[in-house]
Amino acid sequence: MAWEAVIGLEIHVQLATQSKIFSGASTRFGAEPNAQACAVDLGLPGVLPVLNEAAVAMAIKFGLAIGAEINQHSIFDRKNYFYPDLPKGYQISQFETPIVGKGELTIALEDGSTRTVGITRAHLEEDAGKSVHDLFPGQTGIDLNRTGTPLLEVVSEPDMRSAQEASVYFKQMHTLVRYLKICDGNLAEANMRCDANVSVRQVGQSELGERTEVKNINSFRFVERAIEYEIERHIGILESGGTIERETRQYDAERDETRTMRGKELSADYRYFPDPDLLPLQLSDELVARVRASLPELPDSRRRRYIEELGLSDYDADLLSSDIDVAEYFEATANASDALSAKLAANWVIGELAAHLNRDDLAMTDNPITPNQLGQMIERLKDGTLSSKTAKSLFEALWKQQGEVDDLIESLGLAQMSDSSELEAIVQKIVADNPDQFEQLRGGKDKVLGFFVGQVMKATQGKANPGQVNELIRKLL
Amino acid sequence: MPPFSTLREISSALASGDYSSVEVTQEHLDLIATLDPDTNSFITVDADAAIAQASAADVKRAGRSKAGADAGPLTGVPIAHKDIFCTLGTRTTAGSKMLADFVAPYNATVVDKLSAAGCVTLGKTNMDEFAMGSSNENSYFGAVKNPWDRKTVPGGSSGGSAAAVASGLTPAATGTDTGGSIRQPAAFCGITGLKPTYGRVSRYGMIAFASSLDQGGPLCRDANDAGLLLSAMAGFDPRDSTSANRSDDWLDNVAELGVPEVAPLKIGLPQEYFAKAGTASFLDSIKRELEQLGHTFVDVSLPHTDSAIPCYYVIAGAEASTNLSRYDGVRFGHRCDDPTSLEDLYERSRTEGFGAEVKRRILTGTYALSVGYYDAYYLKAQKIRRLIARDFDNTFASVDVLLTPTTPGTAFQRGALTQDPVAMYQQDLFTVPTSLAGLPAISFPCGFKDGLPLGAQAIAPAFREDLLLGLAAQYQTVTDFHLQRPGD
Repeated sequence: MAWEAVIGLEIHVQLATQSKIFSGASTRFGAEPNAQACAVDLGLPGVLPVLNEAAVAMAIKFGLAIGAEINQHSIFDRKNYFYPDLPKGYQISQFETPIVGKGELTIALEDGSTRTVGITRAHLEEDAGKSVHDLFPGQTGIDLNRTGTPLLEVVSEPDMRSAQEASVYFKQMHTLVRYLKICDGNLAEANMRCDANVSVRQVGQSELGERTEVKNINSFRFVERAIEYEIERHIGILESGGTIERETRQYDAERDETRTMRGKELSADYRYFPDPDLLPLQLSDELVARVRASLPELPDSRRRRYIEELGLSDYDADLLSSDIDVAEYFEATANASDALSAKLAANWVIGELAAHLNRDDLAMTDNPITPNQLGQMIERLKDGTLSSKTAKSLFEALWKQQGEVDDLIESLGLAQMSDSSELEAIVQKIVADNPDQFEQLRGGKDKVLGFFVGQVMKATQGKANPGQVNELIRKLL
Repeated sequence: MPPFSTLREISSALASGDYSSVEVTQEHLDLIATLDPDTNSFITVDADAAIAQASAADVKRAGRSKAGADAGPLTGVPIAHKDIFCTLGTRTTAGSKMLADFVAPYNATVVDKLSAAGCVTLGKTNMDEFAMGSSNENSYFGAVKNPWDRKTVPGGSSGGSAAAVASGLTPAATGTDTGGSIRQPAAFCGITGLKPTYGRVSRYGMIAFASSLDQGGPLCRDANDAGLLLSAMAGFDPRDSTSANRSDDWLDNVAELGVPEVAPLKIGLPQEYFAKAGTASFLDSIKRELEQLGHTFVDVSLPHTDSAIPCYYVIAGAEASTNLSRYDGVRFGHRCDDPTSLEDLYERSRTEGFGAEVKRRILTGTYALSVGYYDAYYLKAQKIRRLIARDFDNTFASVDVLLTPTTPGTAFQRGALTQDPVAMYQQDLFTVPTSLAGLPAISFPCGFKDGLPLGAQAIAPAFREDLLLGLAAQYQTVTDFHLQRPGD
C-alpha cells in the first residue's frame, strides 16, 4: 500500500519593527521580564490600540513578493480567549479579511525540480506574552515583553508532499523574509515559528485524510523531524486499522516525538468579531505602489543573474544568493561586471571569509572586513601586486586591524617584487648555490624547476611573482 | 461665590480677582463634605490635590508662573470627573468592586486636556458599574439620590455627575454616554448634558463599556457652559484610532465668542418618539417657545426606532463582553483569596468583582457572539444599526435638527425597575438610536412634572454640535427651567 503525505504550514513571521504593532513599546529581544510592556500591552483599563504603519508596510511587501492580492480593505478582529499571558482576554488578529490574499512561493527541491506552494493568505496579528512555569515553584510567572510584537501569519495550501519539502519551504520562506528585511529571521529567538498540518492518504486518492496539527516548531531540522514522525505515526495507525483523531500536538525535540496537546473536544469558540477600537484598514494605491517600488531583487532572480551574467557556478550562485546579507556583501565586493572579479569575489566570500566568520562565530553583518577592502584586495590580486599567498596574509591583517588596503600592503611589505633586477640577482645567487640541480634542469629535468621557484619564493618571503621567477630561470638556461 | 454659579461666572470672578481659585474650590469642597454623604454623588474626593491645583491656578492667574503658561478661561475653575476617566494618582473605580483599589499610571486624554486648560478636579463622581445602567443603582459604592426628590433615581450611568451639578456641588462634570448615560441623567436632574458626535472626544483612558458607542461629554448648568467645557475636552487624539481628525472654528472660539447663534431652524419631530404613552404632550410648551423664536416644526419618521433597543443591547453587550475580559484577577483589579487553580482564579475573581447587571451583559454579549448565534444576533444587529443610521441621514436631508423627549418620563422611584431589566432598558428608548448612529445630541431642561425636571433632546447631523448648543442656549435666554434649583 502506497501512502502519500499532505502537508500545509502556518508560519508566524515576527516583523522587524522597532515598536509593537499596537503600542509604542520596544520590541527588542532579551530585556528584563516586563520591562518592555507598556500600559497598552498590559491591557490596563481605558487604553487603546493604535496600528503601527511599519508593520502594515512590511505585510504589503511580503504580499507583493509572493505575487499575492493585497486587500486594500482589511479588518482587525478580536479573538477571544482567557489565558494569563493574554492581557486583554483577546488577541487582535485578522479573521475573515486578511491584508494579504492568495499568492505562491516556488521552492527548489534537492533533485533539481521545483514545486509551487500556494499561499492561502497572510494576516497581521499581535503576539501574546510568555508564561514561565519553571522559575517559581508552585507558581507561574508572566513576562509580557513579547505581548504585542507584530506577527505576520502566513498560511500555505496543503501543497507539500514530504517532510523534506516542508523544510525546504520553511527555509525558503526564511530566505525571503530576510531578503525583504521584514524579519530578523533569528530562529533561536523564535522570530519564525511554524505549525504543521499533516495528513496522509493513499496515492491516487483525491480526498484528504484526517489531519493533526503540530504546534510551535522553530527550527528547519525540527520541522522535518516532527513531520516525519507524524507521517509515520499516521501510517502506523491507519495500517493497523485505526483512525486518526483531529487534534493539536506538540513536538518534543529531545525525545524526537510528537504528543497530544489538546483534543478536538476542547476546541474553543473564539467569538471573533471586528475590533471596534480599530477602524478598518484602508490601503491607498499610492502606499502599495510605494512599497512595490521598494521591493529588492528576490533570491531566485539574483541566483539566475549570478549564473547568467556573472558566470558563477550553480553551486556558488546558490550559496551566495540564499542569504541577503551574503548576497549584498558579495555584490558590493565584486562591484564590477567582469567575470574575473566576480569569480574571485565569490571564492573569497565563500572560502576565506566564510571560514573566518565561522571560526569566530560571527554573522555576516559583524564582519570586520568591508566589501570595499575586500574588493580592493581583489584588484591588487588581479594586477599582480599580490600573490594568492600574500593576499591571504593581507586578509589576516584586515581581519585584525583597521587600515587602507594599499597602506597595509606597503607597511607589511606584501607587494610582489616588481623590480626585476633585484629578483634577477636573487635568482642568480640561488642558481650559483645549487649547481647540481641547475645541471639537472639544464639536462631537461623539468621537475627541478619547481625546486628553484620554491627556493626563490622562500628567499623573497613569497613576494616574488612565481611566473616571473619561472621566466628568469628559463632565461639562464 | 454664590452657590450654583456657572463655569463662566466663576471664570469671570477669578479673572476679576473677586475670588481666588482656592476660595472657590474650598467652597465646593465644603459643600461636598456637608451635602454629599446623603446624595452620594462622589466616589472619591481628594481635597488636598484639589487645593494644590487651585493654588497653582491662582499663581498662573496672577501671572507669576513660568513663561508661556498663560491662564485660560477655565484656569482655576473646579469640575468633577466621572469615575470612568483614568486619573494619575487618584483611584479610578468605574463604580466597580473590581477596580475599587485601581490607580491608573496615566491620565485619560480628557483629564489631561482639562488639566491643561487649568481646571481643578474636585473628585470622581459615582456611576453605574462600568457605565451599565440607567438609574445609578448599579454602583458598588451605593446608589446616588436625585436631589430633586431623594426617593427617585438621578438616572445613569453618569448619575453622580448629574446629581453633583444639580445640587451645586460642582459647576460642571464630565460624563460618558453609550446609550444615553449623559442625556438621561441630565434630564432627570434638570441640567444640560451633551453627547458629542462619536469621535469628537478622545476615548483614551476612558474605561471602555462598548467601544463603538462610548463618548465623553459635558454635564453643565446650561448650554453655554457645555460649549465651553466641550471645547476643552474635544480634539483629535493620536492615541485613539476612532478619534476624528478635524477642527471647527466655532468650537475653537467658544471661550471667546460663546456658542454660535442659530438661524431659524427647520426642526423635525420624529413621530415614532411621540407614539409612546405619556409623551404626547411632553413638548407642547417648548414647541410654542421655539416657534416664537422663529423655528418651524415638521413631522418626520424614523421607521426603525423600535428596533433600536434590542439592537443596542446586542451590540453594547457583545463589545462589553470582550472589553471586560481583561478583568481576570491576573494583573490588576480584584483577585479572589487563595485561588486553587487558574480556572478558580478567573471564576471567583470575576464572580466576586462584578455586579449583577455587569454579569448579565457579559453573558448576553458572549451569547450574541457565539458560534451559531453570531449571524442571528450580532450580525443582524449591525445591519439594523445601519438602517437606523440611514433613517437619520434621510431625515437630515429635509430638517436641520430633530427634537424629542429625552426620556419616556421623569425620574422614577429607586427600586422601581431593578427587578425588571427590560423595563429598565426601555428607559433608553429615545437616547439609544442617536448613539447607534454616532450622532450628537443634547438634553436640556424644558419643564417640570410633579416637581421633577423634564428634558428635551435635540439631535443634529454628525459634528453639528453647534446647532444643538446654539438652539439650547437660545432657548435658555427665554426660559428659566435651567435656573431652577432643587429645594427652591
